[in-house]
Amino acid sequence: MTSRSAALLPARLLARIVALFLISLVRIVTGAQARWTGTAPLPQQRLYYANHSSHLDFLLLWALLPPRLRWHTRPVAGADYWNRSAVRRYLIRHVFNGVLVERGGEARAEGVARSDPLAPVLAAIANGDSLIFFPEGTRNANEEMLPFKSGLFHIARQCVQLELVPAHIENLNRVMPKGELLPLPLICTINFGTPLTLQAGEVKDEFLQRARDAIVQLIPEHAPRPS
Amino acid sequence: MRIDTYVPEPVREQTLMLFACIGAVLLVASLIGGLLRWKLGAANGVVANLNARINAWWVMIAVIGLAFLGGRTGVVVLFGFVSFFALREFVTLNQTRRGDHLALVVSFFVALPLQYIFVGQNWYGMFSIFIPVYGFLFLPILACFGRDTTRFLSRNAETQWGLMVCVYCISHVPALLALDIPGYADRNMLLVIFLILVVQSSDVLQYVWGKLFGRHKIAPNLSPSKTVEGFVGGVASSTLLGAALFWLTPFSPWQAALMALAITLMGFFGGLVMSAIKRDRGVKDWGNMIEGHGGMLDRLDSVCFSAPIFFHLIRFYFVP
Repeated sequence: MTSRSAALLPARLLARIVALFLISLVRIVTGAQARWTGTAPLPQQRLYYANHSSHLDFLLLWALLPPRLRWHTRPVAGADYWNRSAVRRYLIRHVFNGVLVERGGEARAEGVARSDPLAPVLAAIANGDSLIFFPEGTRNANEEMLPFKSGLFHIARQCVQLELVPAHIENLNRVMPKGELLPLPLICTINFGTPLTLQAGEVKDEFLQRARDAIVQLIPEHAPRPS
Repeated sequence: MRIDTYVPEPVREQTLMLFACIGAVLLVASLIGGLLRWKLGAANGVVANLNARINAWWVMIAVIGLAFLGGRTGVVVLFGFVSFFALREFVTLNQTRRGDHLALVVSFFVALPLQYIFVGQNWYGMFSIFIPVYGFLFLPILACFGRDTTRFLSRNAETQWGLMVCVYCISHVPALLALDIPGYADRNMLLVIFLILVVQSSDVLQYVWGKLFGRHKIAPNLSPSKTVEGFVGGVASSTLLGAALFWLTPFSPWQAALMALAITLMGFFGGLVMSAIKRDRGVKDWGNMIEGHGGMLDRLDSVCFSAPIFFHLIRFYFVP
């Protein structure tokens, strides 16, 4: 929150107005509804993690959080994508107050000495912020979720108190599939499941599988299945 | 489309009177709902749902009332939006694939507005064939551009079904305004009220009769909440209501009763058909737009099936 409070008041006001405009837009187009089946929307520090199939995923999740939770919740986003233009930079830094991370770290991390790609995320958690996190690491056009990258495990290991809330975003990939220009006004639903934390003695693969299963269990029966 | 917000004097008077009556009925319903909550407690699910339904009726009546103040154009625009929300609920539950995107975008943003523009223009020759002919042929052509043959026939059938039920059928409610009935000039808005009032009170009366006396399920596979007692009591009492409202219409009392019988029967079977689709999809409601009722389509399934029949019965017997 430090970067935000340092900004001038009119600039912060403008960012808030842009945020509210985008939130209303995405809520109207998607007729979005939140279902809190596994937990209540509590005003405590949490990390929401979800399946990732559209650029709008984090915006929709953010828009569906009650306001008192939303303004303390920051999306974790790929620096390569969001630093590509001035508009994107403005949106992610000032409007969404995002936490930017360098992607593709996993492959390089072992051999080459470089700073921990998760450092900004851990700093935000230490600062008391809630986060929106996509453990698949990248957008996924298929209907099956990708295997989770290890980031979620490292966060869970270093912040054992932090509740990780699984969320399944339904239909947003149908609203605007990759390469289409116009959105379909379908109803999107986000289903929030039961929070989980790293269990004692749980190894990386077990934990990531359990976290992924928690989202799969939130997929409703009527959802279109890959045929 | 000509913007026409004029509300003729006789319509204005009778509409006001009707809305006053509906308001009184709702007031009684709200009082009963409040009494039941006081007696049985706020935790009772059926009573809570009943109160949510009654509150939603207040909102729906207010919205319809506002639309009527806008005259012809108000009614056409209202049902255009109703179709939009219904189609959105329908397509959300369709098993679409990426290849359907273009056909669906055209359904929402071209076919739907055009259908209501044709209705607004009174262009019977066009609005009565636009979706069954042009939509039928051009939507699968557009779907070909998706280059995906998986379940091609059933995907297109689902899209067309959505357009027929949610746009074509519902547009027959404002299309009633286009009927030229001798001796009934300027009063067609009352036909809209007659249709909505009879169909919706049939739904409500079936619910009430079913809750009070329902013992035997009428179609447990399709709609577990519908009972024989609810069906008979609801259809009979709303037919009587239709007869009692004959003064709104160009019909004699027995004609009004027969019309009411026809539209309540169509409404009942419409409810069954739409319920069968929901069951197949594994959902209880189409959406959650209207508190206590479910989605727009949960409230309108009966209107979808009765409006076109009501329209054509009048057109056949009362329009020379």
